[in-house]
Amino acid sequence: MKLPISWLKDFVDLTGLSVIDIADKLTMAGMEVEDIRFAGLPLPERDDHGFKVSGIAWDPEKLVVAEIYAVNPHPNADRLTLCDLFDGKDRHIVLTGAPNLYPFKGQGRLEKPIKVAYAREGAQIYDGHADGLALTTLKRAKIRGVDSYSMVCSEKELGISEEHEGVIFLDDEAIAGTPLVDYMGDAVLEIKINPNMARNTSILGVAREVAALAHRPLKRPDLALQVSGDSIQDAVRIEIANPELNPRFTLALIRDVQIRPSPYWVQRRLRLIGMRPISNIVDATNYTMFEIGEPLHAFDYDVLTKRADGKPVTISTRTAAPGEKLTTLDGQERTLTAANVLVCDEKGALSLAGVMGGSESEVSDATTNILLEAAAWNFINIRRTATQHALSSEASYRFSRGVHPNLALDGLKRCLQWMSAWSGGKIAPGIVDNYPLPPADPTIAITEKDIKRALGIEIPLGEVKEMLERLEFKCEIRNLIRDNSNTQISNNESSNIETLFVTAPPIRMDIGQGIVGLADVMEEIARLYGYDRIPATRIADPLPPQRGNPSLEREERVRDILASLGLQEIITHRMTAPEIENRLLPGGVSASTIEYVKLANPIAPEKRVLRRSLLASVLNVVERNARLSDSLAFFEVGVVFVPQPGQPLPAEPRRVAIAITGKRYEPGWDAKVGVKVDFYDMKGIIEALMDSLHISVTYAPANHPSFHPGKCAAILAGNQPLGEDPVPLGVFGELHPAVQSNYDFVSPVLAADLDLEAIIPLMPTLGHPVRAVSEFPPVLEDIAVVVDENLPADRVEALIRQTGGKMLAKVTLFDVFRSEQVGAGKKSLAYALTYQSFDGTLTDKDAAQLRSKIVRRLESELDAKLRA
Amino acid sequence: MLDKLNEIEKTALEALAVIEDEAGLEAWRIANIGRSSPVMGVFSQMGALSKEERPLVGQRANQVKVALEKAFADKLEAVKQAALAKSLATEKLDVTLPGRAFRHGRLHPATQNLRRMLSVLADMGFQVYTACEVESDEYNFQLLNIPPHHPAREMQDTFYIDTGETDEASKLVLRTHTSPGQIRAMREFSATNPRNPPPIRIALPGMVYRFEQITARSEVQFNQIEGLVVGETITFGDLKGTLSDFVQRMFGQNVKTRFRSDHFPFTEPSAEMDVECFVCGGKGCPVCKRSGWLEILGCGMVHPNVLANGGYDPARYTGFAFGMGTERQFMLRHKITDIRYFWGNDVRFLEQF
Repeated sequence: MKLPISWLKDFVDLTGLSVIDIADKLTMAGMEVEDIRFAGLPLPERDDHGFKVSGIAWDPEKLVVAEIYAVNPHPNADRLTLCDLFDGKDRHIVLTGAPNLYPFKGQGRLEKPIKVAYAREGAQIYDGHADGLALTTLKRAKIRGVDSYSMVCSEKELGISEEHEGVIFLDDEAIAGTPLVDYMGDAVLEIKINPNMARNTSILGVAREVAALAHRPLKRPDLALQVSGDSIQDAVRIEIANPELNPRFTLALIRDVQIRPSPYWVQRRLRLIGMRPISNIVDATNYTMFEIGEPLHAFDYDVLTKRADGKPVTISTRTAAPGEKLTTLDGQERTLTAANVLVCDEKGALSLAGVMGGSESEVSDATTNILLEAAAWNFINIRRTATQHALSSEASYRFSRGVHPNLALDGLKRCLQWMSAWSGGKIAPGIVDNYPLPPADPTIAITEKDIKRALGIEIPLGEVKEMLERLEFKCEIRNLIRDNSNTQISNNESSNIETLFVTAPPIRMDIGQGIVGLADVMEEIARLYGYDRIPATRIADPLPPQRGNPSLEREERVRDILASLGLQEIITHRMTAPEIENRLLPGGVSASTIEYVKLANPIAPEKRVLRRSLLASVLNVVERNARLSDSLAFFEVGVVFVPQPGQPLPAEPRRVAIAITGKRYEPGWDAKVGVKVDFYDMKGIIEALMDSLHISVTYAPANHPSFHPGKCAAILAGNQPLGEDPVPLGVFGELHPAVQSNYDFVSPVLAADLDLEAIIPLMPTLGHPVRAVSEFPPVLEDIAVVVDENLPADRVEALIRQTGGKMLAKVTLFDVFRSEQVGAGKKSLAYALTYQSFDGTLTDKDAAQLRSKIVRRLESELDAKLRA
Repeated sequence: MLDKLNEIEKTALEALAVIEDEAGLEAWRIANIGRSSPVMGVFSQMGALSKEERPLVGQRANQVKVALEKAFADKLEAVKQAALAKSLATEKLDVTLPGRAFRHGRLHPATQNLRRMLSVLADMGFQVYTACEVESDEYNFQLLNIPPHHPAREMQDTFYIDTGETDEASKLVLRTHTSPGQIRAMREFSATNPRNPPPIRIALPGMVYRFEQITARSEVQFNQIEGLVVGETITFGDLKGTLSDFVQRMFGQNVKTRFRSDHFPFTEPSAEMDVECFVCGGKGCPVCKRSGWLEILGCGMVHPNVLANGGYDPARYTGFAFGMGTERQFMLRHKITDIRYFWGNDVRFLEQF
């Protein structure tokens, strides 16, 4: 909300408080000042005030009130006029092109001088002709043969508004020579109003806070009315169908208004607060809404009387019939639903309650009698209606946050005062007030112990009482045994407990009952005491039971291992589209059966579902980076979203996806060029991962639609109990050529998709058992065997290990070799064997025995031939 | 014989003087002090000498042998030194050539950042509690004191899940904050001992979602860390102390903090914590939008309704909670101006961490 300082001054004495002081107090107390725009008042001298500041200061010597006595034609230009003007000291001839001075041209000495904002030579103002805000200094010049050194200003030139159609006509009481800054210098604070501060969407509301924060009295407006003519009581009746939706409805009547522009000071304030002035009557409703916080609605009373065929007007409120139509002030015909509340007369709907008036009964230039409405509405209902019709107005903004019904009467009276003052209208005696559902303003009991318990500070209740009274809470301290159960009371109390009973003022709807209300009032105490004054303490409460999060710790372990292997972690968007994930499948495989978690309101079609494949996300990143680097190695650890039939929430299993592509070695000035990663690079990563996680696994050829059928392996958990199928932990391999071609990749991509939920339980809980290290020297030996090409290498190694037993410390396959000499359909596998004993140094004889045992079994069981 | 020995010594030393490499030295050693060298020949001829001559010649031969051996050893050392000096002088690398690149694996900056924050919180006794990302409207809003159509819902633009449900209350959402985890944690812990629920001190990290266009300044997903402390003596002063300790660990021991009133439906009183801008030291700069302060986190005393919804009697227990967007803090520290870098995963961004 925008807060002009001049307006704030109507309700609280700001003597001694700078604009920055006020902004500071509001910000600390929960009304964050987002920026400050100066329109006249001096800008802060120092920079370190902590606010975003813009605008212009008016030099009291150079910018003053002046009066124009005559508007004379320019001898050489039809579109210019020469104003004969007095600035409090001297007479000046001032050249202007302001269209709103034309009508006075050539009239000679004016009957009543026009009061204007006058800029003397050297004044700094905004350039009225420039786009945006450009500062300029008035210099002497000759325009069409006439000397010009000063000017009459528009609002834009003074930084009040964008208005540059004509010059400002000040109100008549302005005295020539008064510095403009004294007359109407201002600064506008832009304040963020949180939902719990709906009461402060008005100048009076913020003034109440400033008064409370600055320990100053609040100057409440005097709402006494001067009435005349016949009472409203016989002219209007009110019927409320549903008090829950419309707890209060009030009406007043003002007769013989003259529609004309509002006084300049009203127009200026409305523009500063962001509202376009329209006419004195409309402006009075808006002005009062900003001032008091109660939105008002003015009906043309004669239109209503005519609709009632001259009989007394009956105003009723009710919900709309489904399909009922109403044309609102903005000219739009709106189709209503049963959730919308209408203000009606006997002929039908007049306005959409609390949101926008209807066009038929709106105030026009011909209006003379006004029926003025101030009502209270259910904020949730108004909120729904405003959302439903995409109709946000200043009224609906306030009503949808909650306006206390008590404000209706204040608003109505204040508005009548302004209407009468600005239009000459006569206020009819009486107000019709239908108030079927007054809210119960809650009363909260507070002890010093409650304050200590919530805030950690000790404040005497007397001081608390004084603080809360500044915010208009009704307070009373009584020595009573507490009977309400909103806080804990120790049982051994027979004496009285000093208790402060506070009743929320009838302006706010944010204070709850009981223990909730207590928390609400605590916030008020903390705000007024000052958050910065509450001492910081360390938690004295006992340390809670220690739980840890082993599952997360293991997840992080996987990340660490993969990063240590040279892979870059990525984190991708969880939102995707089925067709993006379908790229993982070759053309022939259908994905239509895959169920997704779908968004009801996606921001873009390519982000309309939650991902089911982590690998698809990782491959997108590979594709995006494909041309940025010769060598890519990525992994992501994260959740995918799987709908669960019969369950409200989807499953969110965690997966690990890895993709590598391009050169095996980082490019460099002497790097081995050209070698690209292949299946065994990926397998090396998987092996290192499983080894580091201390999970024993086996690998088996696998079929997976995303992978090359001959270059894909499944990872199976080893050490399964007999008779149970091995748990699959994931697959990896080279992408299927048909999948590869769905992407814009530069090199073949090797990928892995692992099930982290299956992996985590296999990680040892207490730590894996560590093998002892022998102190005796090893015997090293190589053997090479020729086996059938189709024999999986792991069977050879398994047999070697099994035969070697405890003595065989290490087996490393160091060569796979095929040649004519080896024979067609055969391969040679060369192993480096390390024999070692824990009992003593092995002899050559021991080694030879073990070796021949191994060779014999390889020959007999796998049909292997020892290579010479 | 003695003359011969003098001659042997002289000749040998002259020959040694001109040798400059180890191979020459080895040849010299064989020729001059080896088994068949002249000086050794003298020893073998001792038998032919007279009794008088024998000790004199023997002594002299020994002197020569020792002298030659020492000369050899000295020369060998000198030659080795010379060779080393020569090799050191010639084996010179261009030390400005780039080193051979090891493939450097890195964690994503968001992970690094989360871990750092969680480790500071762990030092302070906060254990990590994780919860689901697709949430019910009930957990994400209602149990946190945000009923349907409450104005506070406007504070968070929400992604809804298409479930076919039209009823507000049974909608599913992508969690807009980590706060639903507060309820899940409280319910889980209070269920362990409903009459005497244990105290709580947890950190809730994770991805949260906001319905926004993706721009340099806003993202549809970002990480948040929430903290929750519940006990029988927890006060607003504890909140201030704990969070001041936390930001001093994160941003430096001398960083100033400021708590100002704010509003969150699930805390009361609520506060915003600002830290003095660490870019300008509080003087005002573009990073802090000239204010000298950076908004770091929202916090407050847990609302009585929220405690009750979690199974903790608000008449007995109090608590505080805080929540912060982690990427934003990271951006401030590293002067990152585009939040899209995080999930864009461009290698040129990632390899800087």
